[in-house]
Amino acid sequence: MTATDPAVSAGSSAPGGLVKSVVELDRVVIRLAGDSGDGMQLTGNRFTSETASFGNDLSTLPNFPAEIRAPTGTLPGVSSFQLHFADHDIMTPGDAPDVLVAMNPAALKANLADLPGGGLLILDSDEFTPRNLAKVGYAVNPIEDGSLEGWQTVSVPLTSMTLDALADSGLGKKEAERSKNMFTLGLLSWMYHRPTEGTVRFLERQFRRKPEIAAANIAAFRAGYNYGETTEAFAVSYEIKPAPMAPGKYRNISGNQALSLGLVAAAKRSGLPMFLGAYPITPASDILHELSKHKAFGIRTFQAEDEIAGIASAIGASFGGALGVTTTSGPGISLKSEALALAIMTELPLVVIDVQRGGPSTGLPTKTEQSDLLQAMFGRNGEAPLPVIAPRSPGDCFDAAIEATRIALTYRTPVILLSDGYLANGSEPWAVPAADSLPDLTGAVDFATEPNGEDGEFLPYLRDPETLARPWAIPGTAGMQHRIGGLEKADKTGNISYDPENHDFMTRTRQAKIDGIAASIGPTDVDDPDGDATVAVIGWGSTYGPIGAGVRRVRRSGRKVAQIHLRHINPFPADLGEVLGRYERVVCPEMNLGQLAMLLRAKYLVDVQSHTQVRGLPFRAAELAAVIQDVIDSTSGAPLAADPTGGGE
Amino acid sequence: MSTTEHVHDLGMPASNPIDAAIAASVTTQGEKQTALKAKDFKTDQEVRWCPGCGDYVILNAVQSFLPSLGIAREDMVIVSGIGCSSRFPYYMNTYGMHSIHGRAPAIATGLGVSRPDLSVWVVTGDGDSLSIGGNHLIHALRRNVNITILLFNNRIYGLTKGQYSPTSEVGKVTKSTPMGSLDHPFNPVSLAIGAEATFVGRAMDSDRKGLTDVLRQAAEHQGTALVEIYQNCNIFNDGAFDLLKDPTTGTQWSIPLVHGEPLVFGPDGAACVVRDEFGGLRIAETNQVDASQIVVHDAHREDSSYAYALSRLSSQDLRYTPMGVFRSVQKPTYDRMMAEQLDVAAAQGSDDLDAILGGSDTWTVSA
Ligand code: SF4
Repeated sequence: MTATDPAVSAGSSAPGGLVKSVVELDRVVIRLAGDSGDGMQLTGNRFTSETASFGNDLSTLPNFPAEIRAPTGTLPGVSSFQLHFADHDIMTPGDAPDVLVAMNPAALKANLADLPGGGLLILDSDEFTPRNLAKVGYAVNPIEDGSLEGWQTVSVPLTSMTLDALADSGLGKKEAERSKNMFTLGLLSWMYHRPTEGTVRFLERQFRRKPEIAAANIAAFRAGYNYGETTEAFAVSYEIKPAPMAPGKYRNISGNQALSLGLVAAAKRSGLPMFLGAYPITPASDILHELSKHKAFGIRTFQAEDEIAGIASAIGASFGGALGVTTTSGPGISLKSEALALAIMTELPLVVIDVQRGGPSTGLPTKTEQSDLLQAMFGRNGEAPLPVIAPRSPGDCFDAAIEATRIALTYRTPVILLSDGYLANGSEPWAVPAADSLPDLTGAVDFATEPNGEDGEFLPYLRDPETLARPWAIPGTAGMQHRIGGLEKADKTGNISYDPENHDFMTRTRQAKIDGIAASIGPTDVDDPDGDATVAVIGWGSTYGPIGAGVRRVRRSGRKVAQIHLRHINPFPADLGEVLGRYERVVCPEMNLGQLAMLLRAKYLVDVQSHTQVRGLPFRAAELAAVIQDVIDSTSGAPLAADPTGGGE
Repeated sequence: MSTTEHVHDLGMPASNPIDAAIAASVTTQGEKQTALKAKDFKTDQEVRWCPGCGDYVILNAVQSFLPSLGIAREDMVIVSGIGCSSRFPYYMNTYGMHSIHGRAPAIATGLGVSRPDLSVWVVTGDGDSLSIGGNHLIHALRRNVNITILLFNNRIYGLTKGQYSPTSEVGKVTKSTPMGSLDHPFNPVSLAIGAEATFVGRAMDSDRKGLTDVLRQAAEHQGTALVEIYQNCNIFNDGAFDLLKDPTTGTQWSIPLVHGEPLVFGPDGAACVVRDEFGGLRIAETNQVDASQIVVHDAHREDSSYAYALSRLSSQDLRYTPMGVFRSVQKPTYDRMMAEQLDVAAAQGSDDLDAILGGSDTWTVSA
């Protein structure tokens, strides 16, 4: 276990006369793994909620197969949920688990390699049957052949104990068995001193129409807890004190939830009705689901016939004066390319959410990647610039959604917000903001109601001199009738124009409008505590956490490194070139093959060193720390020892 | 919104038709200009269709009949895709969007759903709506959003200079099919009825009266209305509809659809439509059947199989082509139902942003 300074307290007395000790830890990483049908995501989410309400800082990493139900007990069917929680602020779901719970042989086989030697391994011995072992190619039962000796292995009959606990519930064996995840949750809740009332309330709510199922789950949950308390199999329980956090109200939030709420807030704070046009696609669909619940806010959600209709309908709604939004992922963003260019040409506000996943083509639907950046930047015919922004953590998706809306409305342009699968499904504690503290976007909405031409006519492409935004005159406004479309426009009038000079001018003007957005964003976000680092590591999007955790390790070893993180990728902050110029070496870790690095090199002629991986999983902090450390040491020439803490965050 | 200045109720939901931000901007009913003339719907843009193109006649017909609908110009939006016909919005002094190929019904859906107070029209062609945009067309029709779709069918690709289209007849020789096309054409009316359309009509570009009559009914219809307009492309498919336009053959081969009237047509009413033994329809000689056997046209039949059977009477060479309104039935419109859901949600819930930001599971860290 990763206890920096395990303080063993005097034993507590449990019923049954057992004396158990309590060990204090500063952080723990737990991974729950089982079959897709075992309810691991639900169990993980419940444990997360308990942990959040207890007050630890936390970060989660759900990892599940794209198939809804892969064959039971097979490797492709394994679903897992990793939770990192601590008594201090942490930035990632943890490189490797300290504790692995494996509900069957497949879960063991798929995850054991990630569990460092000496880690705690909890197995459901009931599931290690010859049949289940054979399914994943175990010739002998690993519980019995000594192959698990390198770990603290505790093998307990979770399934049969659940069945015993529910013997009087009146449920059949199959149904009763399904509560074994709650038994496991109970056991873990005891082990880590988690509060339990929230889970009981949750189960009552979740199964309010099936009280017998609610009762069975609660009984299994309590039985698991009591088992921990009484069994000799677990002699120690662990305490992780709450993390110090700024005063305020908190909730646990996933990236997709935060993004949805950010859009609701943006609509409300701009005074516009929102229209979402979307086609279901993993992992973006949850945004459609969440927004569909908020009709009381005047939000219209439209499940379109395809990705193209999703964006096209949103463009139609924007033309009519709504806040048009479309959400997608993977191949969906490719399908939206043509319509995106229409929104660029018609200069209508539009928020486009791309929850990136592994590609190309269908790729890895449930895994994370950052490989749509260059497509977001350039993936359209013609010179078709648009702003691109990215959130850096699940909670930050909220602010990013508001910022995307601000830019879209102020500059009358489509904006692409690049989230990813890791942010979408991962979660963290989030300080709930007061609604009236959020940016006021009403100033960005000034529907044109009066002609702006010298002869009393309306000129739909006569621009605001400062933002270069064109007026937004919506149907229903008398005297402002106008036609827009995908053909090149004459400056000011917006009439069709094939004039060479005009096309050159309009192309440059559209580019200048997007470039000009830099004036409305702050300087580059640089974390260089002493201001004397010679190496900088730069990232965008969800790599913020792993890079930050890696940077902390490097700094603990006495080395200096600056962390630069970009919210705005197009346009870049105005001072970025100057900032990069301050460092001898710049490292850019990305979950693609070097897309941001390419942009930085092209724009600033900086010799950015790209460090990339596309494994469908976030970076490990240790890996990044090693990379950064090597760069520093090869620059300064005086190697120091590695992080003395051995990897705490 | 009051309808006193409108000749027709355009079907706006009774409550909460548009949101506050939009309502503040759009012109109120009292300010709306009425008593418009055809010229009020013209723009200063030079019309750039080929001389003699059927599109001119349709544009004139639309501009002439619109004033009688009583829709203010600013309340009308015309969305088009790509193709010759899709230039239409530029020539109409209304709001308009000349969008991208095939997607006009989807754009119009988003607009119509979020602005039920507007009169939203789509102008499209056979390539635009039945080839690249086929998916959007069928889904717009089944959803029944309150939009009016004018499908200019010239049975050819004009803008790309003369390839065969999804309505071209089998064997059509074009630049891309020198040995004749192998595709079977769509019958747009059959397709629309199959897609659950609540209003389907057909008219001829040159028949001002018939066209105006179908357009008027389409405009008054609550829900998605599709009007197929046979349109002559005199450059690449000249004379495609001459069989129906010629005074002699036209009477012989077109079947005028008048609600409540028996389906009798041809010179001296010599031909008629009767039921066949399979529940469909067939053509008969009027003097060979009993008057009671002749089908009386009922555009309001809920069951679409009758309208479908009507659409199947014609062959790809246009003989026995029904002209007029095939089907016109009332169903709740998508935009109105969505507005109702929003009203219900607003009545039952609240739009308290703080409440949803906090959610149901929060904890407080005190100083
Ligand atoms: S090509 Fe045909 S359809 Fe197009 S404008 Fe010319 S005549 Fe009309």
